[in-house]
Amino acid sequence: MEVGWATDVGRQRSLNEDAVLVMEAWQEGHYAMPPVGLFLLADGMGGHRAGEVASALAVRTAARHILQNLWAALSDQHHSADEPSLQEVLTDAFRRAHEAVTGRVPGGGTTLLCALLLGDRAYIANVGDSRAYLVSPQGCRQITRDHSVVDMMVELGQMTAEEAARHPQRNVLYRAVGQRGTLEVDTFICTLSPGEVLLLCSDGLWETVGGAEIVRVVTASASLQEACDTLVEKANQAGGRDNISVILAAPGCEGSVASGV
Amino acid sequence: MTESQKRNPSEPEEETHKPPDDLSTRVIPGLAARVGSRVLAEPAVPAPAAAPPTRPIGPVSPSPKRTEGWLPEGTVLQNRYRILGVLGAGGMSVVYKAQDLRFPKVTRLCAIKEMLNTTTDPRLRALMVQNFEREASILATLSHPAIPQVYDYFTEGDRAYLVTEFISGKDLEALLNETEGFFSEAQVVQWAIQICDVLTYLHTRQPQPVVFRDMKPSNIMLDDQGRIHLVDFGIAKVFQSGEKGTMIGTEGYSPPEQYRGIAEPRGDIYALGATLHHLLTKQDPRLEPPFSFQKRPIHQYNPAVSAELQEIIYRALEYDVQKRFGSAEEMKRALLSLKSARGLAATAYISAPETVRPDALKVIWQFACEDEVRSSPCIHEGILYIGAYDNNLYALDAETGKFLWKYAAEGGIASSPVVAEGRVFFGSIDHSLYAVNAETGRLLWTCPTKGRIFASPRVQFGHVFIGSDDHRFYAVNVANGRVAWSVETEGAIRSTPAIGPDAIYFGDEAGILNAVGVNGRLLWRFRARRALTSSPAIAHDLLYVGSQDWFVYALDLRAGWVVWRYRTDGPVVSSPTVVGNTLYIGSADGHVYALDATNGYLVWRYRTGGQVTSSPTVHQGAVYVGSVDGCLYSLDAQTGQLRWRFQTGGPVVSSPRAVNDIVYFGSLDHNVYALPI
Repeated sequence: MEVGWATDVGRQRSLNEDAVLVMEAWQEGHYAMPPVGLFLLADGMGGHRAGEVASALAVRTAARHILQNLWAALSDQHHSADEPSLQEVLTDAFRRAHEAVTGRVPGGGTTLLCALLLGDRAYIANVGDSRAYLVSPQGCRQITRDHSVVDMMVELGQMTAEEAARHPQRNVLYRAVGQRGTLEVDTFICTLSPGEVLLLCSDGLWETVGGAEIVRVVTASASLQEACDTLVEKANQAGGRDNISVILAAPGCEGSVASGV
Repeated sequence: MTESQKRNPSEPEEETHKPPDDLSTRVIPGLAARVGSRVLAEPAVPAPAAAPPTRPIGPVSPSPKRTEGWLPEGTVLQNRYRILGVLGAGGMSVVYKAQDLRFPKVTRLCAIKEMLNTTTDPRLRALMVQNFEREASILATLSHPAIPQVYDYFTEGDRAYLVTEFISGKDLEALLNETEGFFSEAQVVQWAIQICDVLTYLHTRQPQPVVFRDMKPSNIMLDDQGRIHLVDFGIAKVFQSGEKGTMIGTEGYSPPEQYRGIAEPRGDIYALGATLHHLLTKQDPRLEPPFSFQKRPIHQYNPAVSAELQEIIYRALEYDVQKRFGSAEEMKRALLSLKSARGLAATAYISAPETVRPDALKVIWQFACEDEVRSSPCIHEGILYIGAYDNNLYALDAETGKFLWKYAAEGGIASSPVVAEGRVFFGSIDHSLYAVNAETGRLLWTCPTKGRIFASPRVQFGHVFIGSDDHRFYAVNVANGRVAWSVETEGAIRSTPAIGPDAIYFGDEAGILNAVGVNGRLLWRFRARRALTSSPAIAHDLLYVGSQDWFVYALDLRAGWVVWRYRTDGPVVSSPTVVGNTLYIGSADGHVYALDATNGYLVWRYRTGGQVTSSPTVHQGAVYVGSVDGCLYSLDAQTGQLRWRFQTGGPVVSSPRAVNDIVYFGSLDHNVYALPI
């Protein structure tokens, strides 16, 4: 597995309200385990430090819950209905983050995006408008959908993507961690083909750097870390109006999970 | 949106993005707050149970945190209006209950709305005053029993006041919150008709229609006589055709075009639809994704609502303005045509679709076996193969039902046959796996096991794979019936295997899902809490299977961990069918379920009259499945609505197959049926 990440305050803000968390694990031996990557990215909002506290708290709380529950799935070829499903682990992690932010950061809220990479399979959970993409030389495919009002309008055919990108209320979210009563979490699963790279980013990147540009940077860079740094640089060159966070991950060719006992 | 947005409808966009003066006072329910660079739609806290008993014009419930600057009780304005208390407050205005002292002999009550001076920005303040005056002047030109009458408008110091009729009653949001269960359809339809009347009045004003723009339960008052009144004209607008402005209204109820700055009469029709949806389902749209009414069918929350009313509401809620009712008058006519509008009992939703197509379905053919048919048909090159408890495997002409041949085993056949390489393979409760010639029915070989065979075979890699009640799973050579390998399991095997690119998956009655390699080597196991009789299905790199522990599971195909699970209300014996992104399965709780295959979220479910152990099949947008109530059901695959059903003389546990516009299945009434799709 290869991983790169970067987070940057941008050019116009004094605070970085984004939070990122990156973890990797390998196991070799008689019982093999697929390489594991846990990636979380949050984009906080709210005045007076509420934003950066909300995003950091969300990322830590969610990661804690996932780590506590992940081992059962990874450690054995024998599984049982007594274990929570991966989807339950991810959505419960988000709900815990939601409770933590609601309780400890009143007035704050945050987007939260999580990708658990097990071998070449990515389990993704999302709330808000941070995005996950699959990037390959052929293009950039968005996996998540934004919980923004304009995105819903586009989905319903009531607004074009161009109108949405210019809409004065394009930043209005109808779902975020720390806001509203119960939290609904979107979950996605995808299998990465050889050559595909998983990209997680905050709106500071996707609002300023287009898909074609992202593909060019990722394919031209010597490493995923270099690609992350270049993407942040591009977003800053385009004005750096917002905080910018990027995580790139690609499973190695050893990513197969199937293995006998 | 912020209070400033709400009160500044027609102003330049940048105005609406001004942050409120003080973020910490974000306590106003129902309105959104802007924080940092991003706006969060503020949680629309439903009005507390202790909402004021009466409430005329004016927004939302009192905010306990902000009483500064409010007029104390007993204050007299203009030497005429004595303040009796606060009825409600928003960020920019307070509404008082007051008494008009010019009528000393009687208690004449009125409502006084006061514009609060909350901003120091002179430009913003000018806009607020302008809007307040506009509300007063719009109201002053209107005369309708369901619209509050304006008595007076004045300023005192730097505050502006609007005096209106006092309406004694309760708003529908407060009423909704304190009502247990649902309002009756007849009740809601009566309110809707009255609202259509007042909207018709507003929309037909000359020279320009008036658009209310903020229809929602909390802006509809029900007076003590049960009559409807619209209150809070704070953002109502004289409609100018084609005009664009900023988005205003209440998120959740506002039509899509309002987000593009368009306010026109048919936007009020949408908001009325949203209001009716809320009143009937008790699902607050401010807590749901915007424009998601279609995804939350009314009858799913409140089955007593008729299909006809639901249809009217969804027409009002069309995203496309052109597809909605052309006018409130037209919507009223549709409402009046409802049974519930004429005082008749509404047709319950569930029974409604049955009138769509009566049971006069013409059978193409039926074939009588000598005992129960539990096996599912297999159709191959115009021939239907099916087993029966009369020990026979039958071959019938699929088009006509004409008997071609039968092969008699030594015991009943519950197993569903498969055809491959010109041979029919099936198991029997006589313990044997059989291979017979598909054209002639001549026996080619048998392969004995040590237990009864209820499971069905699968053929792949030149082998027949089948499980037996002897707790063994067999790989048998297609050509000669010799066992290539077998593996022992914890329980008897009734589940039919699913075959992946490099592994074979099957359940057993001990509740274990076994994943073995093509050489029989164990790859992984998953233990459910009860038997796995259901046959797994593979899609999206996941393995789907139902269990008698009531769950439907999605397992990682390669590693076996649970990716998601969905709990039904009964044991799941039925096997999943995945088409595109949707998984269909039955449960002994009597329902047919459609789940999102990637996350297990419920898409719809349909209740039959008995346990559903038959496995669904999907053909041309319809789901076909049998039920122990004796019926074969045809459901719309997208919505779960009943298309038709066909009653047989016994439970249908056989899983239907659809080929060339004909659906085939067996019944415990001994018959095999062919029905037109």
